[in-house]
Formats: sequence, C-alpha cells, structure tokens
Amino acid sequence: MVDKILIENLSLQYSDGAESLRNVSMGIRENAVTVLFGPAGGGKSTLLRCLNRLNDLTDIKTSSGQILIDGENILDPKTDVIALRRKVGMVFARPVPLPMSIRENVVYGLELAGETRGSKLNEAVERSLKLAAIWDEVKDRLDEPAVALSGGQQQRVCLARVLALQPEIILLDEPTSGLDPISTGKVEDALLELKKEFTIILVPHSIQQAARTADYAAFFLTGELVEYGEGKSLFTIPKQKKTEDYIMGRFG
Amino acid sequence: MMTKFLSRNRHAVQRLGFVAITLMAIVTVLPIVGTILFIIYKGGSAISWEFLSGFPHDGMRAGGIFPAIVGTLYLTLGTAVFSVPLGIAAAIYLAEYAKDNQWTRLIRLAIINLAGIPSVVYGLFGLGLFVLFLKFGTSILAASLTLSIMTLPVIISASEEALRTVPQAFRTVSISLGATRWQTIRKIILKEALPGILTGVILGLERAAGETAPILFTGAAFFLPRLPNSPFDATMALPYHLFVISTQVPEMPIQIQYGTALVLLAFVLTMNVIATVIRSRARARRQW
Repeated sequence: MVDKILIENLSLQYSDGAESLRNVSMGIRENAVTVLFGPAGGGKSTLLRCLNRLNDLTDIKTSSGQILIDGENILDPKTDVIALRRKVGMVFARPVPLPMSIRENVVYGLELAGETRGSKLNEAVERSLKLAAIWDEVKDRLDEPAVALSGGQQQRVCLARVLALQPEIILLDEPTSGLDPISTGKVEDALLELKKEFTIILVPHSIQQAARTADYAAFFLTGELVEYGEGKSLFTIPKQKKTEDYIMGRFG
Repeated sequence: MMTKFLSRNRHAVQRLGFVAITLMAIVTVLPIVGTILFIIYKGGSAISWEFLSGFPHDGMRAGGIFPAIVGTLYLTLGTAVFSVPLGIAAAIYLAEYAKDNQWTRLIRLAIINLAGIPSVVYGLFGLGLFVLFLKFGTSILAASLTLSIMTLPVIISASEEALRTVPQAFRTVSISLGATRWQTIRKIILKEALPGILTGVILGLERAAGETAPILFTGAAFFLPRLPNSPFDATMALPYHLFVISTQVPEMPIQIQYGTALVLLAFVLTMNVIATVIRSRARARRQW
C-alpha cells in the first residue's frame, strides 16, 4: 500500500477568521477509506476543500504547506485545477441535483470534459449509476428531473455524477447527514465496494459511521490533527486522551 | 373598560380589521381599473382598421396613427438591442464575478441613482451626447440610445436579483465537477435566471415604450408623411403623438386622443401580461 496523497505542514486561515488548519501533516492511503472526524469547526471540511482546490472560491487570509497527489503539489498556482477536480471528485452534505434530468446530471462533467459521443455517455451513465448502487431504481426514468427522487436516491445520483468522470479520489463531506438509516446503509455499502477502485476520504456524520467505515481514521480538533491511525485500533484503544474523551462522548 | 370590551369581542374586532384591510386594497386598485375602463370607454369607438393602419391627415384631426405605432415598435426594439446585452452583461459581472469592495459599491450606487433621474434629464443628456456631439441627429438611433441608458438600471437590477436567486450550491457543485465559472453561468445559472431576467427586460422596455421626455429632443417627430427607413431618420411615436394631439393641435377630436391613449396602454399592458405569464410558468417548472 502506498500513500496516494501526502499532506505536509498544511496551515490555512479564512479571511473571516473561521475554521482553519494548523500545521497538518498526514499521508492518505490508496484504495482505502480514510475517515476525518471530530467536532464541528475542526478543519475536516476545510481539508477536503483543499484537496480539490474548492477553497479557491472562498476568501483565504493565509495558507502554507503543500499537498502532494501522486507526487505533484496541487497547491502550486500552476496546477490545472479543472483537471484536478476531474481527478478528485466531491460529494456534498446535502444532495444537490443540478436542475436537469438524472441522465444530464450524470453526464454533466463528462460533457464539459468534451465527451460528445452518445455511446460513451450512455455507457458512463449505466456504469456509474451501477457503481453508486442506484441503477435499478432509476434505469426506467433517466430523463425525469433528478430533483423528483428521494433524498437518498438523489445523493447516490450525486455520487454517480462524480464517478462518471472516473476520478481517482473521492471526497465525501457528511454525505449521509440528511438521510434515513436505510439510505445511509446503501451509501455506506456503495463506499465499501468503491474503495477497491478509488481512494476515499470521508467526513462521517457520526462516530458510529466513522467506526463502521474507517480503514484509517484521523481525529481533528480545532484545526489540529490530534491522532491518526488504523481505524480498528484508533476506535478501540485510542492513544490520545482527547481522542478517547471524544469517542466516549465526553465532549462533542 | 376598553380592554375589557376588546377582549370580549375579539372576533368582532378581527372581522372589522379584515373589512378595513379589504377596503384599502380595493381603494388602491380602483384608480388603475378606473383609468383603464375610462380610456376604453372614451377611446374604444376610435379603434378601427383604418385608425391602426392609416396615416394621420387633415392636420392629424383625422386618419390613423400607424406611423406612431411603427415608430414606438422601432424605438422599443432599438432600445432592446442596446440595453439588453449590456444590462445582462453588467448583471452577470456584478452577481457572478465582482467582489464586494469600494469599486462595486460605487457601481451599485450609480445604478440606483441612475434609476432616480427624471426622464427629461435623460432627454437633455441624449440631446447633448448622441444628437449633437456624436452627430446622430434627431434619429431613432439617438432616441434608442437615450432610452437604453434610462432602461439599463431596471434591467441590471432585475437581472442581478434573478442571478442571485439561483442557489449557490449549483455553482459549487458545477465547479467541483470540473466546470469553469463561465461554463457554470452559461449552462446552469443563466438558464435558471432567464425568466427573472426576461421579466426585468420586459418591464424596462415597457417603461421605454411609454416615455415621452427622453425622445422629445432626441428622435421624435411632430408629423412625418412616411415611415422612417433608416436608424438615422426621426420617427413618430405613440407617447409623443399623444402629447402633440392633446396639447398642440386645436380642435382635436377627443376620441382620437383617447384612441391613441388606448393603443399605447394596450401595447404596454400586453408586455406586462407577457412578463407575468413567463414568470408564473417558470415558477411552476422550477426544479429548486
């Protein structure tokens, strides 16, 4: 197993003084689920948004350090961010279907990437909807508005939309926070399948979900990486007092 | 005593309140409906095919208003040509690209103030800039440009508002899928904002169609025996024609005045109805 992503001394502060990262260094393994967890405002989402440079849309006061993906520093101003975002897909906390049909949602990124061949697009629709475990539920209604689906279905279509671009890394920011337990289970099952092919970084919406899904887990508190290790050992015998307190529910 | 009375008769008080509010609502609607009905009543008899398609004759005391109708159409279209692309582009800049700083605050302040300038001032400005300085003469071109400046703030404000109403999440998601800002605007934001933008455009043009003062010095003609055949010709126009036949021509038959007013009103109200239909249809179809 190799590190797909190497984060080195990453620090960041937003212009409004909100949530920031303090000197975070960690490696993220290929073909595994790495979970970033901790109380709100700890820097988890910020870190995710650094990995696909979505933070470019936000006002940032200062940032330093580097993020190497396959050995290349993606924070370099010369990075092709469009190509980066195709390689590093993201699923958001609330499902956001674009105002178009299910099929159009799935092929949106591909069409922007210049794919016009109908056969390729159809292939991508079927392949990615199957990977996201939603194909059977939507295959007969691909041309209906995506917004007509239930929240859980929408979120899996959003996942399929990311998968259609054949990314290498998938970022998920509390993807099940608005979903019922059954939909949550489906999304988690899909993730377990997906980690065979992709590098997955998940901000879970609960500690239980973190423990269920994590191959590796990182505990963040007020912008600092407190503890990082294999999921199994971190959730059973945490090394740090703060991690233990948080997992035991002594603060949140 | 009073509070006791009120608390015991809460339902009566509530009903009284409703009656008062309903009455006030009726009072506000009455003048509009009254005006329309009055103009239809006075001018309806003047409307005929000859009135709509003929030229005025006998010193405008008889005949039709065809050149004024065509002129107003030309001026409205001319205004659209300049103000719509410019207005939408400005709105896209303000809503999608501009950062909130001194500079954009200055632009916004300018737009708000532009909307408050009396229309006759636009007319004088148009005379100075387009007619005299740029030597366009009193022409459809000069009048359209003058009306465009007057219409711009309406179109910019409405379009910016429409763009801002489109959920931010669409932008974030689109960009995260490898779209550029401009692709996001073109493929999603503009499409979703289009009904709101169109409403603003129509309301702006409707105002331009009904204005007299801005075209008074810049392009309106008292009387022309033929239709204009280039943008550098002056033109007759409905609002100015109405002003002329109401104040400048003695012994003017009253039904021609009201007939002209009715045509202008119908023109403007039709645009209004189109805007309303677009808006309500879009609202029903909206997916967010």
